[in-house]
Amino acid sequence: MKSLSQIVQNTPASGIRRFFDLVAELDDVISLGVGEPDYVTPWRIREAAIYSLEKGRTTYTSNYGLLELREAIVAKHIERYKTTWNPRTEVLVTVGVSEALDTAFRAILNPGDEVLIPEPCYVSYAPCVMFAGGVPVPVPTRASDGFVTHPEAITERITEKTKAILLSYPTNPTGAVMSREGLQRVVDIAVANDLYILSDEIYDRLCYDSEHVSIPALPGAKERTILLNGFSKAYAMTGWRIGYACAPAPIIEMMMKIHQYTMLCAPITAQIAAIEALKNAEQDTAEMVADYDRRRRLFVKGLNDLGLECRMPGGAFYAFPSIAKTGLTSEEFAERLLREERVLVVPGDVFGDGGIGHVRCCYATATSKLTEALERMGRFLERLGTIGA
Amino acid sequence: MNLEVLRILEHDARRSAAQIAAMTGKSEADVAAAISAAEETGVIRSYRTRIDWEKAGDGRVYAFIDVSAQPERGTGYDKIAERIYRYPEVHSVYLVSGSQDLRVVVAGKTMQEVANFVAEKLATIEGVRGTATHFLLKKYKDDGDIFGEVATDERLAVTP
Repeated sequence: MKSLSQIVQNTPASGIRRFFDLVAELDDVISLGVGEPDYVTPWRIREAAIYSLEKGRTTYTSNYGLLELREAIVAKHIERYKTTWNPRTEVLVTVGVSEALDTAFRAILNPGDEVLIPEPCYVSYAPCVMFAGGVPVPVPTRASDGFVTHPEAITERITEKTKAILLSYPTNPTGAVMSREGLQRVVDIAVANDLYILSDEIYDRLCYDSEHVSIPALPGAKERTILLNGFSKAYAMTGWRIGYACAPAPIIEMMMKIHQYTMLCAPITAQIAAIEALKNAEQDTAEMVADYDRRRRLFVKGLNDLGLECRMPGGAFYAFPSIAKTGLTSEEFAERLLREERVLVVPGDVFGDGGIGHVRCCYATATSKLTEALERMGRFLERLGTIGA
Repeated sequence: MNLEVLRILEHDARRSAAQIAAMTGKSEADVAAAISAAEETGVIRSYRTRIDWEKAGDGRVYAFIDVSAQPERGTGYDKIAERIYRYPEVHSVYLVSGSQDLRVVVAGKTMQEVANFVAEKLATIEGVRGTATHFLLKKYKDDGDIFGEVATDERLAVTP
């Protein structure tokens, strides 16, 4: 047999996969390893989808997505961030942010083009760049200053091949958010060096201590930014696989071409559900966010009380404590915690080198389980005896 | 009044002041003080437990009784409502708009017991002009709580 794709072979498999097998052998595991809400999609959204099926709405839609949905997306961004796009030419509805991300990279990259990616970050960014023929260039961020992206760290990595920078605040796995000023400095660098900005704002509604700053709202950003967002986190709609991209028309036109040939359109049922989410689920979102916020404070305080240093994350639903004091690597810590106390956390280094010495814990789980997980972690740390609990 | 503390307690009365303090970022002393103040002023009425008596093997019979009543000068429906709600069999009493005046919920061990209460006690109260009794057949959702539904976590254990 001839060899398979070199590009795909060169892409490392996700570091999370191994834990799937481990967890399958064990009972009574409390998983803090998830990346999705513990809510089910609000009923009004499910009901709208069911009704559409009863009415026989089972066709393809426009490649761009239902115009009503694109208009609702734009209306939401005008309302929240005072940013606007032409719903007919500057919005593309995709199968989750994942597809938008993949399509965006393929639309802008030529072979060898470099993309700056602040790390630790979501695991898909670098592989998507590689699949598109590009070269991911990690930009390290540090726990000590809350994992913000520093202008110097970007500028010193810019080469003549640099094509784009990816931003994802609030960040999975760190929960980091950046100030308006900090983001503006990054935008200014992008402008000065003529870089595209891909801004993954899937966690925009999960900001607790400050208002979310949407990149395209910053001066100079919009004309070079591809905004990526979706419904998974804000409306607990992960399984619906529905997201979107907003960008200047020439970019959306390119993305649409790829989308048209590879995906045709996002599923109509999910699009209809998304319209209902945007129009009528504001209160549902507000209640979920208030609840995440309570669990965030409870869990992060609990970690710190155990001696696991953890900054209060400003967004998303992850805590990213340092486990360096235990003397274990992230992977050892996660594996032993799982085997010995049946609490599943994700080793931080799967999200990039910046995550070494950390683990990711998702606090989007029942409060009683969070409390129980903290107790188990306490027992584990006590046995290790390396940090004063 | 600290609404956030109340919201948390309304959902789960067993949260300790320490937990609520952690959840809200306030000090434990502040939360304890807020709870005491709410208790003293009657904002917090009581702490009770929701029990599925059916499941516990001691099911009860409930009836919703629409009562048309003769209001009195000066006190309106208050006096007659009081004569009804003083009975321990009476679970709740509401004054409602529409063709009837009071909506009464009565609980008992058997349908017969409830029926007897309505016929002998409730219907005979002076000023009660008529009653219409609706027995509860199945409880789907009660005070925000969906009966028979057990929350399960269908999520994969690890996702990026």
